[in-house]
Amino acid sequence: MDTRLLIENVLIPAIKVGVVLGVMSGAIAYTTLLERKVLGFIQLRLAPRRVGFHGILQPIADGIKLLLKEDIIPDRADRALFILAPVISVIPAFAALAVIPFAGHSFEMFGHKITPWITDVNIGILYILSISSLGVYGIMLGGWASNSKYPLLGSLRSAAQMVSYEVPLGLAIIGPLMMAGTASMTGIVRAQERLGMWFVFPQIVGLFCYFVSGIAETNRLPFDLPEAEAELVAGYQTEYSGMKFAFFYLAEYTNMVVVSAIATTLWLGGWLRPFPNVEALSFLNFLDFISPALSGVFWFAFKVFAVLYLYIWIRGTFPRYRYDQLMNLGWKWLLPISLANVVVTALVLVLKQRAGG
Amino acid sequence: MFHTEVLEVNMGPQHPATHGVLRVILGLDGETIVECKPVIGYLHRGVEKLSENKLYVMIPPLCDRLDYVGSASQNLGYIQAVEKLCGIEVPERGEYIRVILAELNRISSHLVWLGTHGLDIGAMTVFFYTFREREMILDLFEAFCGARLTTNMFRFGGTLEDLPPGWVEGCRRFIDLLPSRIQEYEGLLSKNRIWLERTKGVGVISAEAAINWGLTGPCLRGSGVNYDVRKAMPYGAYDRFQFDVPLGTNCDTYDRYVIRVEEMRQSVRIIRQALETLPGGDFRGKVPKKIKPPVAEIYHVIEGPRGEQGFYIRSDGSEKPYRMRFKSPSFVNLQALPVMSRGHLIADVVAIIGTLDIVLGDVDR
Repeated sequence: MDTRLLIENVLIPAIKVGVVLGVMSGAIAYTTLLERKVLGFIQLRLAPRRVGFHGILQPIADGIKLLLKEDIIPDRADRALFILAPVISVIPAFAALAVIPFAGHSFEMFGHKITPWITDVNIGILYILSISSLGVYGIMLGGWASNSKYPLLGSLRSAAQMVSYEVPLGLAIIGPLMMAGTASMTGIVRAQERLGMWFVFPQIVGLFCYFVSGIAETNRLPFDLPEAEAELVAGYQTEYSGMKFAFFYLAEYTNMVVVSAIATTLWLGGWLRPFPNVEALSFLNFLDFISPALSGVFWFAFKVFAVLYLYIWIRGTFPRYRYDQLMNLGWKWLLPISLANVVVTALVLVLKQRAGG
Repeated sequence: MFHTEVLEVNMGPQHPATHGVLRVILGLDGETIVECKPVIGYLHRGVEKLSENKLYVMIPPLCDRLDYVGSASQNLGYIQAVEKLCGIEVPERGEYIRVILAELNRISSHLVWLGTHGLDIGAMTVFFYTFREREMILDLFEAFCGARLTTNMFRFGGTLEDLPPGWVEGCRRFIDLLPSRIQEYEGLLSKNRIWLERTKGVGVISAEAAINWGLTGPCLRGSGVNYDVRKAMPYGAYDRFQFDVPLGTNCDTYDRYVIRVEEMRQSVRIIRQALETLPGGDFRGKVPKKIKPPVAEIYHVIEGPRGEQGFYIRSDGSEKPYRMRFKSPSFVNLQALPVMSRGHLIADVVAIIGTLDIVLGDVDR
């Protein structure tokens, strides 16, 4: 009995963490390939196709290259912080994956019931918000510790930007939260299942605010000011090389995946197939014959990659905002819109309750 | 208590957005520019001095390398200056071919400008689109003379060659295609909110200031000054063609963008007219074996892609020029960078360098 407890509480979670880390690292590496391929498609070029069939091994080659590269620490850098900064930015990014439900159905394996998420806490979304806002320290410290001007400017920009956009981001999340009546990630998806409608329809404004802030939080075009290569060379990454640079890169892409995963869970119905309540479309869960969890994972991944595609599409299309315009957009537009969204949602919910009760 | 200092940032000579080896020393108060000092000379090759030791016929390839993006204009300007000096006549067909090639070169230069300007402001895709069309122009150049960038297509008294068979059709196909492609770039940029915010009201320079600073070309016309050498002092065959000179009203980066895009359309118009009325006959006139101008001096200006390009030659009656001097539009335009960028943010400096459309080879000579 004791060993069973040990297995269920220690061994299985540990294995799950390992699997999630491994699979997600792979998925994130291949997000870079996806980005290069999609950008290549948008920009009339071929994108990588030398390493492996159509460049399928390119992320691995990139990884090996970065591992073997010389790791330079500038002479007058703050050594400890300089080494710590990439770690600080990568750990919260991965830690946020802990509460993301990849599918809805548990499955049995070797007589143990296994849930397709690492953990499901009742404050899941708050956990993600608090953890992922730690990531800004990595960027700030990285820019500061480099003891160089461009990284310093980049890190100042990122500090202002990430702190500003956290506000509309948080407010945008409140909409689905109120509709679901829970902060648990699985609870939110189940609420969408009960409602028979994804929150994207009633909460489209919230999704818009969330997505724009999410792009800003992950420092992607058109909000990639902290690393604007035309202005600040590479911003906070300028002095970094080798594996430390790779860590920043990894953190950026992990954050992209996390933002997409949250959007999927909160607005796009998580693991649910399209039109979850239409019986006729149940063939969409075509992976059910293996396991319902697998078809959940399939739809979850499908939606995450659709959001990622949108990310890349935006990068291929838009110019970059200027620092003051970015602040304008965040404080004068996104914040009031997301605030209004919260108020309207609350009003509608209260009125509905009155009418119902 | 606390005190603040101006942060001095060295932008360039190795920087992705300074279009070559321009170095700008920026004094920053936060992100705001309080001081901006361009430092030039990293690409100085002494072309003017070098020319004094070369025969007149040996100089055109050097001219190509001043402004390597608009090489045909440079080449044309120098050759016309020498022709003026020696009184060499150019047959009508030669003049027409020169106009066609120079205007194609203007389009290709503006395409490079548009792509890199977009890239500076963060719109990376435009770059690939414009280079797709530039490639077609370079192919036309290659078909004409074998070279693509520093083409050296003109000769005293005319051009290097007659147009090869099929070239006119190829050129016509290209100019038929280009307007739709320009629309494509405009679709990405002209009404894009971010693009508008990044370019409107940035780098404003009044007409008066623009004249005082000696700005030329699209930068001058962006401030509403109607001066285009092709209209003001027509050279070559330009008086035979109809085209408009687009002018700006707001004197900002957006206006200069609109003007350059419109100039591409006008160039297409000129090329179309030239192709339709292309006269027969010789492409090159009778030219003496030795180019030996009389003792005289000459200053000849043409309208290059970046503005007024001046060529001063002083001849002492020998086979080599006594003194050469090139007045480059990039150099005079760059002077205005500190005025235009004062009080703006770092990101604007990049946009302003882009809108000035400098080529460092032309600045440093």
